[in-house]
Amino acid sequence: MKAKIGLAQINPTLGDLQRNLEIHRDFIDRGHRSSVDLLIFPELSLTGYFLKDMVPQVALRLDSPVVRELEEMSRGISLVIGLVEESEEALFYNAALYLEDGAIRHCHRKVYLPTYGLFDEQRYLARGRTVRTFKSRFGQMAILICEDLWHVSTVYLAAQQGADLLLIPAASPGRGAERGGKLEIAETWEAMNRTYATLFTMGVCFTNRVGYEDGVNFWGGSEIISPAGERLLKGNDFEENLLVGVFDLDEVRRSRISNTVRRDEDLDLTFRELQRIYRKHFPEGDGDE
Amino acid sequence: MSEVRISVELVRRMLTGFIRNEVTKTGHERVVVGLSGGIDSSLSAYLGAEALGPAQVLGLIMPYRTSSSQSLEDARRVVAVLGIRSRVIDITPMIDAYFAAFPEADPVRRGNKMARERMTILYDFSMVEKALVLGTSNKTELLLGYGTLHGDMASAINPLGDLYKTQVRQLAEAMGIPETILRKPPTADLWQGQSDEGELGFTYAEVDRLLYYMVDRRYNEEQLQDLGFEPDFVTRVTKLVQGSQYKRRLPVIAKISNRTIDRDFRYARDWGR
Repeated sequence: MKAKIGLAQINPTLGDLQRNLEIHRDFIDRGHRSSVDLLIFPELSLTGYFLKDMVPQVALRLDSPVVRELEEMSRGISLVIGLVEESEEALFYNAALYLEDGAIRHCHRKVYLPTYGLFDEQRYLARGRTVRTFKSRFGQMAILICEDLWHVSTVYLAAQQGADLLLIPAASPGRGAERGGKLEIAETWEAMNRTYATLFTMGVCFTNRVGYEDGVNFWGGSEIISPAGERLLKGNDFEENLLVGVFDLDEVRRSRISNTVRRDEDLDLTFRELQRIYRKHFPEGDGDE
Repeated sequence: MSEVRISVELVRRMLTGFIRNEVTKTGHERVVVGLSGGIDSSLSAYLGAEALGPAQVLGLIMPYRTSSSQSLEDARRVVAVLGIRSRVIDITPMIDAYFAAFPEADPVRRGNKMARERMTILYDFSMVEKALVLGTSNKTELLLGYGTLHGDMASAINPLGDLYKTQVRQLAEAMGIPETILRKPPTADLWQGQSDEGELGFTYAEVDRLLYYMVDRRYNEEQLQDLGFEPDFVTRVTKLVQGSQYKRRLPVIAKISNRTIDRDFRYARDWGR
């Protein structure tokens, strides 16, 4: 089975939900016209990135009319959309929804909120607590958002739950122009995407946004990597674009025949060692030992 | 100096994109830039012209009577090569009228006043032109505080603020800025024979390498000395950077309420843009 995957390398307007919804409608229309099966938008695609005190103003509850409209738009084309999700207890999450056949199939709340250098997410957002996979019409999937990927453990957890495809919405700021023809950060991401795809024998779909916010550029360079580590699609740096590539789902099976890392992974070993390490970090008993 | 080198093609693309994006999303089409005939303002003008088209760039040449004729000539060459629009506005009458009341004023005071006079003219034209003031301060100057607060440091958007002087030179060369501008020693041109490097007491090549390791790579004093930097040089530059921190910040606001601007009232400058 083959899936036509679209990467919506868009430039959202900071804090302007209505305008960003327009951009989503436009790209979804274009996706339909290109017979795209699955269209992946970047991190916080409905809101823009450096929201700061705007977070509560642009937050959406999953039962809100906007989300209902997005659900409706997922008929005939599966969607990954980034938003600020407001929980029932009024906590705000950097989240991504997987929408299919008119319903939300999965909501991933970003677990690692970068708060260093130019990032300040923990100041404004609540932290997700789970990494889960979910079933889609294209097989078992996981969504991880941008900084989540800088922690191997999240990808490991997704792989151990059987992920065939890893979807990565990102808002990665461009930086580091000292190393020759490519941004340092772009090189790092390309290495991570390829490594994860190969080490966990799964397809990797990475959608990074473009545009500028307060002088910070987002570099784009969205890509799809096969489970064999082969690049199937690559977007231009810096330019808004709908990228469309074909992903052969049978490639997952073939890759696992030639590369047996998934079969050979010893979850029991990892678990035992982690438990031992955990006990060492957090010894039992009360008071001084 | 290889540490401080940048990929010019990449940076050129990022900076022209930056100018286009920041100008258009604020509802503008044009920029206005003060041209001194030096490398920084020339580079800003080149980037502006490439980003928006030459017709959308207004270069203001604002000499004082002691400004060197070479500066004027070089600024005019930039205008001619790029095909941008330009005006020459002599600031001598305004400056001399003011200092007629303070004849004892020293060159630094006069230089600051000239820089601020030029700033008011740039902002006046930005209103007439519905344009943004394009900045020309580079990272070296900003870190050392080698500029006039509310003077040449003032702008709406600054494409050069994250480039060291040697990186400015590298990009300027790649963009084909005239040789005479590339070669001449950097100067504030406040008096005959003044030069940045003479006044600072070190070269841009030296200080850029130090700042790169100090700021970008976070080397501490001991590690900087291991790289061969003289302790006195390190101390002096550290003091300059610390001492000029106020120039890189907005005025301090005394906190009274629960929600104070910039402290707990935090929005991006591009709020809703």
